[in-house]
Amino acid sequence: MKTYKGKSVYKGITMGNVIVLKDRELQVKRCRIEDAAAEAARVEEAGKEAKLQLQKLYDKALKEVGEANAAIFEVHQMMLEDEDYLESIHKMIQTELVNAEYAVAVTGDNFSEMFASMDDGYMKERAADVKDISNRLVKILQGQEEVDFSAINPSVIVAEDLSPSETVQMDKEKILAFVTVHGSTNSHTAILARMMNIPALVGVPMDLQEIHSGTKAVVDGFAGEITFDPSEGLCGQTQKRMEDEKEKAQLLQTLKGIQTITLDGKKIHLYANIASVGDVGYVLENDAEGIGLFRSEFLYLGRNDFPTEEEQFQAYKQVAQMMAGKKVIIRTLDIGADKQVDYFNLGQEDNPAMGYRAIRICLKQPEIFKTQLRALLRAAAFGNLSIMYPMITSVEEVQQVYVIVKEVQEELDAFQIPYKIPEQGIMIETPAAVMVSDELAELVDFFSIGTNDLTQYTLAVDRQNARLDDFYNPHHKAILKMIQMVVDNAHKCGKWAGICGELGADLELTEAFVKMGIDELSVAPSMVLKIRKRICEIKA
Amino acid sequence: MKSFEYVIKDELGIHARPAGMLVKEVKKFESKITIQKGGKIVEASKLMALMGMGVKCGDRITITAEGADEDAAIEQMEAFMKNNL
Repeated sequence: MKTYKGKSVYKGITMGNVIVLKDRELQVKRCRIEDAAAEAARVEEAGKEAKLQLQKLYDKALKEVGEANAAIFEVHQMMLEDEDYLESIHKMIQTELVNAEYAVAVTGDNFSEMFASMDDGYMKERAADVKDISNRLVKILQGQEEVDFSAINPSVIVAEDLSPSETVQMDKEKILAFVTVHGSTNSHTAILARMMNIPALVGVPMDLQEIHSGTKAVVDGFAGEITFDPSEGLCGQTQKRMEDEKEKAQLLQTLKGIQTITLDGKKIHLYANIASVGDVGYVLENDAEGIGLFRSEFLYLGRNDFPTEEEQFQAYKQVAQMMAGKKVIIRTLDIGADKQVDYFNLGQEDNPAMGYRAIRICLKQPEIFKTQLRALLRAAAFGNLSIMYPMITSVEEVQQVYVIVKEVQEELDAFQIPYKIPEQGIMIETPAAVMVSDELAELVDFFSIGTNDLTQYTLAVDRQNARLDDFYNPHHKAILKMIQMVVDNAHKCGKWAGICGELGADLELTEAFVKMGIDELSVAPSMVLKIRKRICEIKA
Repeated sequence: MKSFEYVIKDELGIHARPAGMLVKEVKKFESKITIQKGGKIVEASKLMALMGMGVKCGDRITITAEGADEDAAIEQMEAFMKNNL
């Protein structure tokens, strides 16, 4: 038994026999030719054939992995028409009188080196694309057949690296997993594996000379490991986990696309929580009906200065557009407490959870707040956006927020910049907000209950203090009563109330929440379908 | 000769797909269209050279068109940049 660790591209688990693809480096000999024109004509012909092959691959990929991912084969076709690339090949043939294969191989190496030496991870990956098209041309020139994957049994494919075209050519039914020595999680092969729902590992430091086709292997995409010659114990465990995963996948399939509705017909809006634009993929993959909490902090964290209005606008607009009309609730910045950012210069506080944070910063430093609001209002014109304000404790705070929103609106009007005033709601995460929720409900469009902070403030238990874990009880009656009170007060004013804290994903409480009259639950993307299943089984 | 400046908004910069689309657009025009970033300048009809420039998010580039249909070309390029990059 021998285990190697790499980077996981797609989380899944599988077991089967290995096929090692090695020695696929093309052997290209340099030959002297007499007739340069004839050699150039061979390149032309091979180019035509290559484009035909790529068109077929494009069509196959279009069906299997969608337009955005198939586009790489269109780009490959265009690379084959690239003036500089072709000129380099033809010049070599003419001036050095070398064979077409050699001219293509050398040109391919030169261009791929140019990309490989770039200091940009994404562009480095393009070296593989240039290699891919060059190898395709060489193989056609040599009269080689493409590797036929259709004849093999379902297998774990192990290789130094895989080109996008190799990945797509393989028959999905025949591939258990991809495991490669090279490649990054950015490579097209990785992207394609993800789209094809096939476990895949890249950057696995294994020596292909020591691995033989036919060896048994376990690929664990969760741990990012491949184990050759697994023990019987590991095989047994893996078998069990594969069955669990299969069951989960089937469950997901049956729950996708159906409405989240109780047995007696009450519709619950089931949304997802996200922390960056990149998470939108998971939201769609798990069939959430919208985004109930988009933490805007990601725009502020991990950098040295404030994000510009334009940067923020682009990010919000992108998410709104990707969600295509589904609701996207963006929470304004919630910096402070456990999320510290140097350039805010917040200073040390004895009690940051009860300190200068979230809406408090926004009201005291309105220039920071205004930049975000301007970006949000502008982005609202591009989709179904809502704004949510965190850490509200009083009616006065909401009124102050509205004054600032009004100012932003007037500025945008003055410059005739298009915008929309979206739905505006607040987080209910302080006991104070709960107690005045009757008055708050008249002012805002919705409530979203942040159970994590509400629990810590209500029970006077610091979430960051591990010694208090036994005292942190989010099922405390006080919390549940508060949730009931908030829901009732919202409904009295014809507003809706939801939960976006961790408690929203607590399957033990789903039924209780539905009975309380909760209108919306926003949970981690991976929990969406589990919650949907639960809601569909209960009565309100 | 006509030109305009543009700051790249796309997270990945001028990556493979928009570069391919850009080259396609450029080939519709007779005018010679170039893209300049800092001291480097390339013909926008050359895919690999364009990708090789490594234009990243936030980079300021200058797009120039010269030829019979330069007005239309510039107009089209501006729209393309705004919509795709």
